[in-house]
Amino acid sequence: MEGAKKKKFRSKRRAERTANAVGHIVLAVISVIWVVPYLYLLLQSFRGEPGAYTSYLLPKEFTFENYTKLFTDTKLFNFPQWYLNTFLTALAVCVLQTVIVLATSYALSRLRFRGRKGIMNLLLVLGMFPGFMSMTAVYFVLKEIGLTQSLVGLILIYVASSAMQYYICKGFFDTIPKSLDEAAKIDGASRHTIFFKIILPLAKPIIVYTVLQAFLMPWGEYMFSSLLMLGDQSKFNVANGLRQMLQRENIAEYFTRFCAGAVLVSVPIAALFIWLQKYYVEGVTGGAVKG
Amino acid sequence: MLDLEYLKKNQFEKFIWRVRQFFCNFPAAAARFFRRLWAAVCGFFARIGGAFGEIGRAVRFGDWKTRVSLGVMGFGHFARRQYLRGAMYLLFEVIFGLYLGLFGWKYLAKMGSLGETAMAEVFNEETGIFEYVYFDNSMLILLYSVLTLFFICAFCYMWYQNVRTNNVLQEMEEVGKRLPSTKDSLDAMVNDQYYKTLLALPMLGILVFTIIPIVFMVLIAFTNYDQVHMPPARLFDWVGMQNFGAILGGSGITGPAFAYTFREVLIWTLLWAFFATFTNYILGMLVALLINKKGIRFKKFWRTVLIFSVAVPQFVSLLLMNQMLGTDGIINNLLRNWGWIEQPLPFLTDPVWAKVTVIVVNIWVGIPFTVLITTGILMNIPADLYESAKIDGASPLRAYLKITLPYMWFVTTPYLISTFVGNINNFNVIFLLTNGKPLDLKFQNAGRTDLLITWLYKLTYDEQNYSFAAVIGIVTFIIIAVVSLIFYNRSKAVRNEEEFM
Repeated sequence: MEGAKKKKFRSKRRAERTANAVGHIVLAVISVIWVVPYLYLLLQSFRGEPGAYTSYLLPKEFTFENYTKLFTDTKLFNFPQWYLNTFLTALAVCVLQTVIVLATSYALSRLRFRGRKGIMNLLLVLGMFPGFMSMTAVYFVLKEIGLTQSLVGLILIYVASSAMQYYICKGFFDTIPKSLDEAAKIDGASRHTIFFKIILPLAKPIIVYTVLQAFLMPWGEYMFSSLLMLGDQSKFNVANGLRQMLQRENIAEYFTRFCAGAVLVSVPIAALFIWLQKYYVEGVTGGAVKG
Repeated sequence: MLDLEYLKKNQFEKFIWRVRQFFCNFPAAAARFFRRLWAAVCGFFARIGGAFGEIGRAVRFGDWKTRVSLGVMGFGHFARRQYLRGAMYLLFEVIFGLYLGLFGWKYLAKMGSLGETAMAEVFNEETGIFEYVYFDNSMLILLYSVLTLFFICAFCYMWYQNVRTNNVLQEMEEVGKRLPSTKDSLDAMVNDQYYKTLLALPMLGILVFTIIPIVFMVLIAFTNYDQVHMPPARLFDWVGMQNFGAILGGSGITGPAFAYTFREVLIWTLLWAFFATFTNYILGMLVALLINKKGIRFKKFWRTVLIFSVAVPQFVSLLLMNQMLGTDGIINNLLRNWGWIEQPLPFLTDPVWAKVTVIVVNIWVGIPFTVLITTGILMNIPADLYESAKIDGASPLRAYLKITLPYMWFVTTPYLISTFVGNINNFNVIFLLTNGKPLDLKFQNAGRTDLLITWLYKLTYDEQNYSFAAVIGIVTFIIIAVVSLIFYNRSKAVRNEEEFM
């Protein structure tokens, strides 16, 4: 009887060990699948041989030329300019969008006024329209005031409707106890003071989330910028520009350079994201998930 | 039925019961909806009636200051020493008058016809030749008409506010109260009226860049604004519901092809959104569970590997995949080199392959994200649930189906809804990965993997077929609205713990 129990226990442990081994193998396979494409990108960015595609993974000749050429050979594709464009856009968007989102969500979360629910419902309904639909009209308006093919116009497009992203931030403000406001109010603080002196210092995680989100968005945005810039390459952002390198007529010459450019874009963005990922996860799970 | 009885039923019976419940509740829900709608309409008219009462009071009982204010906005405020407010009202009235008289009226008058002559030959006296001169531009007429209409609404509101505040001030004066000074109103800006200070700029942005454009585009859907009717050389005109008819299978030159494309694209959009959302959700959760499993080592390492691919900008990953999966891409090349295949695999060139590829690549892009989001929540599931399930002899699969999934489903419904909606509008994955290809000759301006949103983009960007683009936009809105309403109403997490509607 005792022996049988022991045997069963041992077989159970063995089963667990096999399960763990299988688990490790699965994870290893997954990791390989997830890493190899990026490894391929990195390797191609150092490839010396010309041409778009090779039939082997490891380049035969390693070179830095793809990187240097991105910055020196700017006649056809001005990569540094695109980088600068995207960076400036991202900076402006992250400042303005953060201000707008914080103001909107504070007002909708902690102030009570007539029409509050109306505004919330309106924003909800507006959010159901595809954002691109309004783009045609916005484009004509911007054209009338001469802001097409300009970064200011692009920033306006990104920022103007950012009040619609109030949702996550409002969810955070909702969790800060109301008694804080009331205590401060009794002490004679104005609404304005309460917002700046009490609520904002408590809202650091959500501010970081909003800033991060706003800063990252322009780096991968293709749809609006391609329509607004209409082929003016000096105003492209990185997504738009790097895609041009992959057009059929350019790809043979520019594929490796595309890889180099992609690496140059990805490394700082990935570093930033990994550094601040804690806030990112907190923001998304705190606002979009109710537990 | 009691909760306990419900729990005793098996899956199938539960499903049947829920379906029955849905239809039983349907009349009541519909009735409730219409009752609320009716109440809202009544409330709206009651407020308008109240507004007219206010105006009537100003006309009948107003002193001279108030009565002059009916014509000259802000006069009463000036006379009662509220210079700042008075100046603002007056300025608004002047700007509005100038705008309407010099600019807006010209366009608004032509809104019904959208212009008579687009372009005509005019004899130029100086040079002595005939020149083409542009006259009416339908697009600008419509755009500025919409703008003017909004401006008129704003003016009516401001004018009413002007009358109302004058009434209030007059009453205070008659009773002998101290009138609020300019300093008082500035104080209110950071206190009672603080919401106005905060919301002014965001709402202005929304109005100008979202609401007015959407109204404009909705109107465009009822015109024939396309390449053949392109201002300034040509006019476009109102065509009523014709575009909707063409897309839903009506007759007309553009009818059948558009209707066919629309049907196919719509079906694929819904299929895509469904598979993209749920494959990512379920598989991502499994990976997260595996990483969290007791006995798995290097947890941090696995997680970092996955997080790295979330951190790389999505467009890089997608363009990269597009290159790797091409006919001459590295994957086909390697497979051919190893002698596994003779012909390149049609990852992106065969309609069915392409659709599967898109979903699989989306899994590749999306799983790390799901892992990132769900890890924390998965750890929150009380461990004793699993313990007791284990004691009762439940297999891991059963525990997953009976504990993990329901728990996660309950907690993350809002996230799922927003992901589903996001996938319906997922421009980047489709456009950067396949660009809607492979093309199909039976399709109008779309490929076999195009979603509604990329089709909308192509109709706008490549074809300038704005009227059909607008129709597609409206249809997308309707789909998203219906999906969100159904999900939101069925999700307890939303109903109980969220302030909604």
